[in-house]
Amino acid sequence: MTELRKRVLVYGYGNPGREDDGLGNEMVKMVQNWIDEHKLGCMTTDSNYQLNIEDADKVSEWDIVVFVDASKQENLREYRFTEVEPSDAKVEFTMHAVSPSYVRHLCEKLFNKTPETYVLAIKGYEWDFKEGLSDCAKLNLEQAFQFLTRKLAGWALIKKNLPISML
Amino acid sequence: MPKKITIEPVTRVEGHGKVTIKIDDEGKVRESRLHIVEFRGFERFVQGRPYWEAPVLVQRLCGICPVSHHLAAAKALDVIVGAGTGDGLSAVGDKMRRLMHMGQFFQSHVLHFFHLSSPDFLFGINADPAIRNVIGVIEHHKDLAVQGVMMRKYGQEVIYHTAGKKIHGTGAIPGGINKNLSIAERDLLLNGEAPLNADQMVEWSVAALNFFKAYHKSNKTLVDTFAEFPSNHLSLVRKDGALDLYHGVLRAVDTNGKRILDDVDYQDYDKYIEEEVRNWSYMKFPYLKHLGKEKGWYRVGPLARLNVCDFIPTPLAQKEFEEFKAYTHGKPNNMSLHYHWARLIETLYAAEEIRNLLKDPDLQNEDLVVKGEKLNKGVGVIEAPRGTLFHHYEINKDDQITLANLIVSTTNNNEPMNQAVNHTAKSFMNGQKEITEGMMNAVEVAIRAYDPCLSCATHALGQMPLEMKLVDSNDNVIDTKNK
Repeated sequence: MTELRKRVLVYGYGNPGREDDGLGNEMVKMVQNWIDEHKLGCMTTDSNYQLNIEDADKVSEWDIVVFVDASKQENLREYRFTEVEPSDAKVEFTMHAVSPSYVRHLCEKLFNKTPETYVLAIKGYEWDFKEGLSDCAKLNLEQAFQFLTRKLAGWALIKKNLPISML
Repeated sequence: MPKKITIEPVTRVEGHGKVTIKIDDEGKVRESRLHIVEFRGFERFVQGRPYWEAPVLVQRLCGICPVSHHLAAAKALDVIVGAGTGDGLSAVGDKMRRLMHMGQFFQSHVLHFFHLSSPDFLFGINADPAIRNVIGVIEHHKDLAVQGVMMRKYGQEVIYHTAGKKIHGTGAIPGGINKNLSIAERDLLLNGEAPLNADQMVEWSVAALNFFKAYHKSNKTLVDTFAEFPSNHLSLVRKDGALDLYHGVLRAVDTNGKRILDDVDYQDYDKYIEEEVRNWSYMKFPYLKHLGKEKGWYRVGPLARLNVCDFIPTPLAQKEFEEFKAYTHGKPNNMSLHYHWARLIETLYAAEEIRNLLKDPDLQNEDLVVKGEKLNKGVGVIEAPRGTLFHHYEINKDDQITLANLIVSTTNNNEPMNQAVNHTAKSFMNGQKEITEGMMNAVEVAIRAYDPCLSCATHALGQMPLEMKLVDSNDNVIDTKNK
């Protein structure tokens, strides 16, 4: 049986006007360029300030969803890639934004779809009213990008035209 | 020995807030305060920047309601570029901005009702928090939850097609807009595939309103007495007295409906409004100068707007408005939970207004920008979903911003939220020796009615825990709870 390419959505979120909070948005730009370069019609990207309930509808259309966000977590080094467990949904404490696990849970409950869902959290350091990433965040972004594109290449079943470092 | 109970931060309220409730030896609530950590650095940050950057820069302030800040800043800069004080734009400029604004209103109000308030209405304030949430709503009323998601999605689409981008939209610029609405975009929003079209949004808005009214009918005592207290009310209103969320004059009424601010030009807002600083809160307390600090504070937002305006210029919302006004015999409504009723009437108004605007051929006009003689000061005021929003800028001869002053909606509601917390604490916590989940949620329900947004927009993963502290009169922590 022929293995099929996975349909993948990479969804970055954050406020790019707040320095490293824009890590998710920046990753999306890089990934979209990579997708265009490899002409992968099975993949796309999207970005926004934050996740919200309507994203449950959006993610329901994909086999795999990767959320990309900045992280302040002290115990995080460069980045962390984790699967969002369907049972991981909690009522959010914020008023107007929701978490990846919440979106995933809403998707299942409302639309009966269960996309594989991951979070790629990238460590950030600066959060002031400025555009642009800090130097340390840029390094983390690059490492996370290398990791994510290897994953995407696997899901897209491509090995040709990739740099040796990605094979 | 008096005890102090601290709830920190408030759940499901954006940003960080802390509620402190002081209880005396008999267990009676002596005083309650809502402390809010507000970031004011933005006003300093924009100083020295070219004025035309402001409508985009202000969106860094808040990722929750960037459209409101975007439009308020653009309105202030209209004045600076000589495009008049809100009514000097071209027809397409004015109507595209209004459409963007209605999209923002629609999605914001929908989120508040379906995502935040409906669990309280469906399951009650004292219900198990494991059920009293959106997942609980889905289990019991899946159709309602799906409608909420689709209505949010529609509102976001309206914003996208008018602002041009999802993030840091550039639709409004000083003196006008940078794009009109194409025929294809108009058709998509007006007659798109079900359910994402204007007629469906109007229909679902009516259904949401009926849902609330049914709840109200069965729970009159709670809805009418919960955090009910007299206050003044302030909002923009169209010059003929109509509800107008985008532009108008400033009007305020007292608790009996007497006008205490009579349709004044908001360019002179600083003649009428002062902000008080209190040593226990970072957020200021605005009040009407001529009435003083004690008597001059006011409510803003949906309830205030319906108390202040004379009519709503769309037929279905007007019919609901008449029922709303009749409930208090034409007098101002001071019931905090009626914010939800007013919010849903405004949701219906926004849906009707979106449909009306989409049918207006002016949206396809090409005269996007108007300019005139430049001034060095401009004030933009808009009714954001949460209430009246003021942006004031001054520039120098090099076109750099030298002064920025923002009074955001939540700041305008600072004193009313404190009053609501105090009333709720006295109703639910007098004589109680420990805090129950129901009591905590009652305080939150009171604050949530005002839909505060305390966001500084940095929302990175791992933030926003709920922590509750019990401390004695010497501020020693007796108990701490997290959830």
